[in-house]
Amino acid sequence: MTLLRVEHLNKEFGGVHAVSDLAFTINPGTIHSIIGPNGAGKTTLFNLITGVYTPSSGSILFNDVPTAGKAPYQLAEDGMSRTFQNLQIFFNMPAIENVMVGRHLHLDRRFLPSLLRLPGIAKGDAQAREKSTELMRFVGLEAYLKADADAMPYGALKRLEIARALAAEPKLLLLDEPAAGLNATESREIDEVIVKVAKSGVTVVLVEHDMKMVMGISDHILVLDYGKKLAEGTPDQVRNNPDVIKAYLGGGAA
Amino acid sequence: MSGLSRWAGLGALAIFLAALPQALPNNYYVDVAVLACFNAIICVGLNLLIGYAGQISLGHAGFFGLGAYASAVLVNSYGWPPLLALLAGAAIVGLMAFAIARPVLKLKGHYLAMATLGIGIIISIVINTEAGITGGPDGIAAGPFSIGSFKLAGERDWYWLMAGLLLATVWLATNLVDSPVGRALRALHGSEVGAEVVGVDTARYKVMVFVVSAVIASVAGSLFAHYTPQLTPTKADFFKSIELVTMVVFGGMASTFGAIVGAAFLTMLPQVLTVFEDYEPVILGGIMMGTMIFMPKGLVPTIAALFNRRRP
Repeated sequence: MTLLRVEHLNKEFGGVHAVSDLAFTINPGTIHSIIGPNGAGKTTLFNLITGVYTPSSGSILFNDVPTAGKAPYQLAEDGMSRTFQNLQIFFNMPAIENVMVGRHLHLDRRFLPSLLRLPGIAKGDAQAREKSTELMRFVGLEAYLKADADAMPYGALKRLEIARALAAEPKLLLLDEPAAGLNATESREIDEVIVKVAKSGVTVVLVEHDMKMVMGISDHILVLDYGKKLAEGTPDQVRNNPDVIKAYLGGGAA
Repeated sequence: MSGLSRWAGLGALAIFLAALPQALPNNYYVDVAVLACFNAIICVGLNLLIGYAGQISLGHAGFFGLGAYASAVLVNSYGWPPLLALLAGAAIVGLMAFAIARPVLKLKGHYLAMATLGIGIIISIVINTEAGITGGPDGIAAGPFSIGSFKLAGERDWYWLMAGLLLATVWLATNLVDSPVGRALRALHGSEVGAEVVGVDTARYKVMVFVVSAVIASVAGSLFAHYTPQLTPTKADFFKSIELVTMVVFGGMASTFGAIVGAAFLTMLPQVLTVFEDYEPVILGGIMMGTMIFMPKGLVPTIAALFNRRRP
C-alpha cells in the first residue's frame, strides 16, 4: 500500500524543466527525504504535491486518488499539510493563534453560529487553544505561548510552522527545509520532533540540506538533480552511490 | 482579543453611547453623533474586509449608495414599507457583491484597489444619470422610517436606534473576528498560501467578508435614506469611499474600536473646521499621509501599544 504515488511528473517554467519525468512512491509510516543540489527541483516538487503548482503533465495520487485539479485547501482536507522554506507565518497574529488556524478543518466554521458566538463555537475555540498549547510544547515553543508571531526569532518560527501543520492532524506532513538557518543544537531538537511525529503514525516527507539530519532519521531517500531522479534508496545505498557523490562533489571526486 | 477584554470594550462603548446624549447641548450635536454612528457602522464592516482580511475596497460608498437608493426608490416610488425595502436593498447588494467578489478578489494590491474603485464609480454614475428613477443630482426623499404605526421622529430617536445598531454591529464583528471564521480571515491576510495548506478555502472567505461588509454598508445606507431629508448622489461617490477608508486606516486597521474612533473623529472634523470646507479633501489626504508615515497601525493600536510598553 502506498500513501503517495508520483508518475511521469513534469513541470516546465517557460523552457526550464524544473521537474522531468519523475516517478516515486511513499509508503505510510516512514520518513522520506528528498535531497539534491540547489535548483534540483525539490521545492517545486513540494509545490506540485500540495497543489500550489499545477503539473505540466503526469500524475500524483494521494491515497490512490488523483490530486489533479484540487486546490491546496482540498488536499489539506484529504490529509496533507506542509511547511515552507520561505516562512508563511501569519505575522499579524499571536503565535498560538497561528497554530489554532491549523485546527480550522476540525472546528465548526459555519457563518451564523460564529457571528452569534454560540456556545459550541466558544467551546471549540477553548479546545483548539488547549490543543495548540500542547502542540507548541511538543515542538519546544513553551516560551512563546503568549508571544506575537512578529516578535519571534527565525528558529522558533520554523517550529511554529511545524506546530501549525500538525494541528491539522495530517496523514502526510511535508517539511521544506525544517533545519535551514538553525544551529546544530536546534537541528538535533528538530530531529527529535520529526522522529516523534513519525512514530505517532504521520508519514513525513522532508526536503533538507542538513545531511546529518537526513542520514540520521530517514527511512528512504530520493536524490534529485536537474529535476530528474538521480538515485533512491536507504541512507546507506544513497551514501555510497557514485552518481550522488559526483553530483554533490563534482566529477573529479568520484 | 480575549473574551474578557471583548466584554470590557463592549461595556465601555455601551456606557459611553448611553451617556453621550446628556453631554450634547442641542440637536445639531445629536445630528453629528448620529452621522458618526452611521459612519462607524460602515467602518466596522469595512474594517473586517480591510483591517482583518487585508483586502482593499475603494468602492464601499457605492454599496452604501445602492442600499440608500434601493430604500428611497422602493419606499418613495413603489410605496414599500421601509423595513421591507431595507431588506430588499440588502439582498440586492449582497447578491451583487457576491457576483463581483470572485473575479475581483482574485486581484491583489493596486489591481484590487482599481477594480473596486471602478465598481464604486460605475454605481455613482448610474445613480447620477438614471434621473427618472433616482432623481439624478437633485436627489430623492425616502420619508421617515416607520414600522407599522411606529414612526421614528427627531434626532434623539435616531440617535438611540443608531447607537443600538452600532453596539450590535460591534458585538457581531468581534464575535466573528474571534471565531474560526475570523481566524481564517486574519490568516489569509498574513499568508494566503499558508492558510490554504491547513485547509482554509481562501477564495470563499474573501468573498464572504466582501459580501458581509457590503451588506452592512447597504443596511446603513437604507437607514440613512430615511434619516436625511434629501438623498443625493454625493453620498455614493468616490470621495465618500475614500473618506470611509481613511476612517478605518486612521482609527486603526484590524481594530474594531479603532474603526469607531476613526469614524467619530473624521465625522466631527468637518464640523469643527467649517472654515476650511473647500479644503476638506486636502485635509483628508493630509490625515491619510500622516497616518501612514507616523502611525501605520492607526490611532487606537498605536496608543494601546504605548500603554502596554509602559506597563509590562
